[in-house]
Order: sequence, then C-alpha cells, then structure tokens
Amino acid sequence: MSTTATMTGAAPVSSTEPRGPKPKPFFTPKKIMLYTTLVFFALYFLFPLYVMVSTSFKTMPEIRFGSIFALPNQINFDAWVSAWTSACTGLTCNGLSPGFWNSVKITVPSTIVSIFIAAINGYALVNWRFKGSEIFFSILIFGSFIPYQVMLYPLVMITRELGIFGKLEAVILIHTIFGMPILTLLFRNYFASLPQELFKAARVDGAGFWRIFFEIMLPMSLPIFVVALILQITGIWNDFLFGAVFAGTHNQPMTVQLNNIVNSAQGTPEYNVNMAATVLTGLVPLIVYFVSGKLFVRGVAAGAVKG
Amino acid sequence: MADIAVQTAEEGRDVARPGLLRKTFRKNLPAKIAALPMIATVLVVFVGCTIWTIYYSFTNSKLLPTGKFVGFDQYDRLFATSRWNISVTNLMTYGAMSLVLTLVLGFLLAVLMDQKIRFESAFRTIMLYPFALSFIVTGLVWQWIMNPTLGLQGAMRDLGWANFTFDWISNPRMVLFALLIAGLWQGVGFCMVLMLAGLRGVDEEIWKAARVDGIPTWRTYISIVLPMMRGVLVTAVVLIGSGIVRLYDLVVALTNGGPGISSEVPAKYVVNYMFSGGNIGQAMAAATMMLISVMIIMIPWAYLEFGGKGKRT
Repeated sequence: MSTTATMTGAAPVSSTEPRGPKPKPFFTPKKIMLYTTLVFFALYFLFPLYVMVSTSFKTMPEIRFGSIFALPNQINFDAWVSAWTSACTGLTCNGLSPGFWNSVKITVPSTIVSIFIAAINGYALVNWRFKGSEIFFSILIFGSFIPYQVMLYPLVMITRELGIFGKLEAVILIHTIFGMPILTLLFRNYFASLPQELFKAARVDGAGFWRIFFEIMLPMSLPIFVVALILQITGIWNDFLFGAVFAGTHNQPMTVQLNNIVNSAQGTPEYNVNMAATVLTGLVPLIVYFVSGKLFVRGVAAGAVKG
Repeated sequence: MADIAVQTAEEGRDVARPGLLRKTFRKNLPAKIAALPMIATVLVVFVGCTIWTIYYSFTNSKLLPTGKFVGFDQYDRLFATSRWNISVTNLMTYGAMSLVLTLVLGFLLAVLMDQKIRFESAFRTIMLYPFALSFIVTGLVWQWIMNPTLGLQGAMRDLGWANFTFDWISNPRMVLFALLIAGLWQGVGFCMVLMLAGLRGVDEEIWKAARVDGIPTWRTYISIVLPMMRGVLVTAVVLIGSGIVRLYDLVVALTNGGPGISSEVPAKYVVNYMFSGGNIGQAMAAATMMLISVMIIMIPWAYLEFGGKGKRT
C-alpha cells in the first residue's frame, strides 16, 4: 500500500510507519526456510485428517460437485449416524457399532492379561533367573520379528483344536501371545533399573516370589504400566490381520468392519459415510495419543529400543 | 543371588526329597511357574509353529495340511508364479524407497526439530499422530484423497489445471508410489522421534568442538553426528525393515493389490493362498520365504549388536 502511495505522488506514507531497531532479527532467511519446510510437512501430515473430518460432514451432492479442499456448507451429522448404525459391512447393515464393541471386548482383556503376564515375566527374568530363562527371553525377542504369516496357519489349527476359533477368545489369546515379547522387554528393563537392595531386603525379611511382586514391585511400576497400556491399547485396536483371520464373521473388530464398509463394491460408495466410519475407527487411538501426550512418545521409544 | 532356593508357604507342604534332579526342578519353582506362559509361547508359537510351517512347505497340501512330501516342488512353483514374482519385486521396490525415504526424511525432520524451534511439541504432535492410527485408516484416507475423480486430481482440475494428473492409485506403473505416500505419512513421524532422541543424545561438547574447528553445520551432521547415532540408526533400520516385510494391511486398505496384480505383496500372497486360495503348501512355501528375508535383515543386526560387544568393551 505504501508503494502505491509513493507512486501516485502522494505523501510518503511509509515514513510514518513505526520504525526502529528490531529486538532481534527473527525472520532471517535461514529461519524462514526452516519454518517453511516444517509448515510444509505439517500440512502434508494434517491434510488427510482435514479431508477425513470435512468429508464426513458433507452431503453426497456436496462431495460430487464440490472440492476435496472445501469446508462443508453446514455441519451434517447424517453420515456419522449412518456409519455408526446402518452402514453395510458385508452381509449385515448394522453400522460400525457392533465392531466397536467387539474391539472393546478384545482390547480390554488382552491388554490386561498380556501386561500382567509380561510384568511377571520381566520380574522373574530380572530377579529370579533360572537356567535357560535368558535363552527363552532371547528367542522371544527374536520371535517377535518373525512375520505373522509364518505362524498364522498353525495358530488357526491350535485355536480350532481349542474350540475358540471364530470367537473373541481366539483374538484375545493371539494378541496376548504377540504382545508378550515387547512388553516383557519393557518390564525386564524397568525392573532391572530398580535398586536391587530393595529386593534383597525383602528376601532377607522372608518375603517370597509373589509377595515381593505384589507388595514391592507392582506399586513401584506405575509409570511402566501406563506406557505398556498405551502401547497395547493402540496396537490391539489398530490390528487388522488377527481380527480378520481369528474373529469369524460375527465378531469382527472395528478395523475389519471399516475395511468391509469401504471396500465392498456394491452400489455407489457413500464417501461421507466411509469417512465418518474412518474417523470413528481412528478416534480411540487418537484420543489415547492426545491424552497421553509425551507418554505415548516414551512408549513408542521404549518399544523401539532393544535391551 | 537368585540361586538360593526359596521355600514359599505352598512349597513347604510337600516334603523335599534329597535328589539332584528334583532339587534343580524345585529351585525357583514359582519363577518357573510364572514364566510358563512365556516358555509356552516360545516353544509352541515361535519355535513350533515356525517349524510346522517350514515342514508343510515341503508337502503338496491343498485345502488341508495333510499332503505328502514333495521336496522343493512348492518353491519351484512359487518362483514360476508371476503373481509371486511381482509381489517380491513390488516389495523390494517399495521397501528400498520406503526405507531410504523414511530414514532421510526422518533424519531431516529431526534435524529441523533440533534447531531450538518454537512450537516444537505442536510440530511433533502433528508429525507423529498418523503413527497412532491403524494402517486400515491410513489406507482408506489416502484411497479417498487419491480418488481420481473426486480426490486431489479432481479438485486441482476444478481449480483450472485441466491436465493435472494424480491417478497413481489406478495406474499400474505408479501404484507403488501411491503406497509410498501413505506409508511415509504413517511412518516418518516415528522415525523422526527416534532420530530426535538420537540427536539429543549427542554430547554438546562435540558441537562446540566442531564449531571451533570451523566445520560447517551440515558437515558436522553427516560426518560426526550421524556416525555417533549408529545405535539409533541400526534400530531404525531393523524396525522399518521388518515392518516392510510385513506390509499387508496398508495394501489391503489402499489398493487391495490392484489395479490387476500390480501392487500385490508377499504377505498378501500368503494370506490369500492360506484362506481363499486353498493351497496350504504354496502358502507355507511363500511364508518360509518371508521368514528367510527377515532372517537376512536380522542376522547382521544380531551380529553387530551381540557379536561385536566383546570387542567394543
């Protein structure tokens, strides 16, 4: 604006603008490059979330004639209601809600059981070593890198023999098994970092295996429990393969139902319903992620670092 | 220290017989009982099921695993199947691109985040949140964005770029790049977090010394800091690598192997032959090949991590 003013010959406006030494040059070329790059990446990461949420609020005509960038004309919850109650997943049209409850029924017990078993294993591995315990642990950690496909069919046969194939119990069992390596590693490393004197003192006082575990180790391990909880809830909730294979048609978890809703090729796809269903499925891990904040990062890092 | 046999209340009931075998067994009995789930998992699942799969890869099992021994027939057939060969090529192409780009972008973002920037935690939150989501969710969102008529391509054409093409998802030549975009979106944040932890672990003195010596910043990163982060790098490579071999959910959600068979991957080949193709022997041979590829990633890592330890200390 000031340049046009000078060009037309009017009084130089620019000189009246407040001028003076800047406190510290913030907008150096380097800084601008830095923040531009970061913002560019941030947009790449945020774009799908925006598309997901905005599409889910649109009506079908609005999607067909509008742009993917456009905000919805008005917030319309129809797609959400439909995704939750009446979208078709294969043969049934009850929406995602059965899948949601199946996922809850799978996640809660397998999280609790796997964490409990892993905590005891970690404790035994640190304080009550026996011949072969380290070998078993090493195989466990190596085993966790084996692709699931290698063990899938024998596990189908085992669960069939146990009479739980196609039931929620099978999925719970499988998640408990495959959660064991990483969680045992977490707990082993945590218990190893606790002062050994504590354990020794309890031994001298005559406390046994379980008493030391329940009265000394457990109360001290709240932080690692939270980390394990985050890892397991997000991991189990997001699983697709085990749910698809072991749950059977009547007990599908939410991710499997979601994939069926979107990728079943019958009729015209309702994109708004699909996106509402996608947001709904992502909601639980996203809530865990945002609520736990730095703990999630710690969990991810702890899960990644090998002992 | 833990070798002292402990007598808990329950144990005290049965009378201890002085016998060496019995003594070894009784030693640490509660710990052994507590470790039973782990021992069972190791023996039955990780060892037993793997051996079972390898064994049946040498049989001609069809719908049920009851075939007779046929040697390497299944492997011969596997490598003569175009779908398998395409799957392997796809995985190698995708894997190479994904590994390199995840590491490079992860490192680049970590370096940028390490410049004492404002809103660091906001940027980190934005970059990591896709990692919390399911591959199915990731795949479906990108499927929608890359929808040729209604997604990004359509939107750009409406804005006036009539020739803008972004049809990678339906283009057999480009579909792997579509997978890559979604895969990177999901995984780069995690790599960035790992790398950032590595960068923060580098001693501040190193930076001061490099500055005194007048070494340019980028040079310090590449020649000094990066080699110092060896541990983090190896961890990242192993995790990303074994994740790539497992690539399955994302393909199912984003392309379902299509168009045609142009985005098939080995993990999907195994599952399809196992449950809908009704050819157990073939699925097991393919699964064994997956196992071997993970071993190829794991063995050098195990050697570096455990074999080299004696020399370093």
